[in-house]
Amino acid sequence: MISTLFPNVNWEKMWEATFDTLYMTIISTGVSFVIGLIVGIILFLTSPHQLWANRFVNFITGSLVNIFRSIPFIILIILLIPFTKFLLGTIRGVNAALPALIIGSAPFYARLVLIALREVDKGVIEAARSMGASTFTIIWKVLIPESKPALYSGITVTAVALVGYTAMAGIIGAGGLGNLAYLEGFQRSREDVTLMATIFILIIVFIIQWIGDTITAKSDKR
Amino acid sequence: MIEIKNVSKIFKTKTGELTAVNQVSLTIDKGEIFGIIGYSGAGKSTLIRLLNGLEKPTSGSVIVNGLEISSIKGKELRQARQKIGMIFQHFNLLWSRTVAENIAFPLEIAGVPKQEREKRVNELIELVGLGGRGDAYPSQLSGGQKQRVGIARALANNPEVLLCDEATSALDPETTDSILELLLDINKRLGLTIVLITHEMHVIRKICHRVAVMEAGRVVEQGDVLEVFRNPQADITKNFVMQVSDTRESKESIEQILTHYKTGKLVKLIFVGDTSERPIISYLIKEFQIDVNIVHGNISQTANGPYGTLIVQLDGDEEKINKALEKLHEMKINTEVIAHD
Repeated sequence: MISTLFPNVNWEKMWEATFDTLYMTIISTGVSFVIGLIVGIILFLTSPHQLWANRFVNFITGSLVNIFRSIPFIILIILLIPFTKFLLGTIRGVNAALPALIIGSAPFYARLVLIALREVDKGVIEAARSMGASTFTIIWKVLIPESKPALYSGITVTAVALVGYTAMAGIIGAGGLGNLAYLEGFQRSREDVTLMATIFILIIVFIIQWIGDTITAKSDKR
Repeated sequence: MIEIKNVSKIFKTKTGELTAVNQVSLTIDKGEIFGIIGYSGAGKSTLIRLLNGLEKPTSGSVIVNGLEISSIKGKELRQARQKIGMIFQHFNLLWSRTVAENIAFPLEIAGVPKQEREKRVNELIELVGLGGRGDAYPSQLSGGQKQRVGIARALANNPEVLLCDEATSALDPETTDSILELLLDINKRLGLTIVLITHEMHVIRKICHRVAVMEAGRVVEQGDVLEVFRNPQADITKNFVMQVSDTRESKESIEQILTHYKTGKLVKLIFVGDTSERPIISYLIKEFQIDVNIVHGNISQTANGPYGTLIVQLDGDEEKINKALEKLHEMKINTEVIAHD
């Protein structure tokens, strides 16, 4: 039944592409989480009236985040081709997509981290200071734990966006479901392949969203 | 214990400079409960934050536990803060931690080993009357219970001083009383110095030994709580005293009495400490043969003894009434004649 509806789908290629998409999404989500968290914390602490209030650092960090967040991803990939080539020696394959994916999504997540940290009760930070907590302790034991649900829902949104980005990266040769849909589906006019690749992407997105929502809900004790 | 010398705090805002604390000097003794009362914006929140260095004074010095809080910083300040506990109006508990974990937080900051931490947390949970609630999250507690966690957390590192920032203002009257009793109990049991700020005279009356009244950044009046109650000087202090002595409500009945009883004198008697326990009324009746008609009365306990007001109508021979009033003066009972106006 499936083979009559999707006569041109090569399942081996489909699974391989799915694996590539998952690989790119997971690695870039993980790295974006770490970089975005660090940059988001710097943005938060250097903003006015905060512990490291520093106009200069805040302005520079904020500008960098805004610039990379504003460049359309498809253009960012092209702009980063020389950088990727320098870093990895190639611009093809799943690993070659990672720099662009990370640079494209980490600033986005940094913004979400900033929003999450702003929601942390100022009184709680003040209480921690009154107990003699150092800034490092406040980051580690107050800011991050107290903003956990928003940090988790933020990384979920980022991961879903990254699935979309991997598909775009696929078009310029990174592999994955986007690449499959474009090369095998679109260019060869095999709509069934495109459709199946889309279904696979949707399933991946739904699973990410479900995992994210579950963890977010579980972490929220308010 | 605590010495605040000529302290001012000026905030620079977009619209200009704002003097939150203006040339304040206070001395707070070891083991006393010192209250600072004022309306919002009087500068009391800023003043209390100067005591643990959350705010730095623009000028003047603040000395707590022999350390000049206003000039130390970094690690030294952080260590000094471990000996100055603080509780807050909105409790400021970490929602992500259980009751026990919240109380353990200052111990983690102080680097207390895990086993000792657990032991201390259990002691504190019992001390504030939250036995069995250690694994609950703050969201599962009532306001009063949250403040108990706040108190336990503030006491974790055996501080010398406890700062209370409007600690009962978000609580209902009954819960307020139970928290105040807990503070009084802790003060007696641990010999802890407590500094509290509030806008409720009730809180001052109930647990403070001494009080300072703040208005527009200045301390306009300070002294023993009973003394301030007996003889308030500044207008703002009189307003605060009125909050608890109920005379506002009794105004109506006074006016009614004034219209109903055209004769005699309407007198307000203020009893403080021992005088409130003497049988004044029967003494007046027997000694001066005048009629005494009780219009309104109340008595309340303070940390330093009882404080009461009584409004009576004295009727009879004019001369005898005057003699009675003189006698009352001799007995150190404040009197105030309420006139027909």
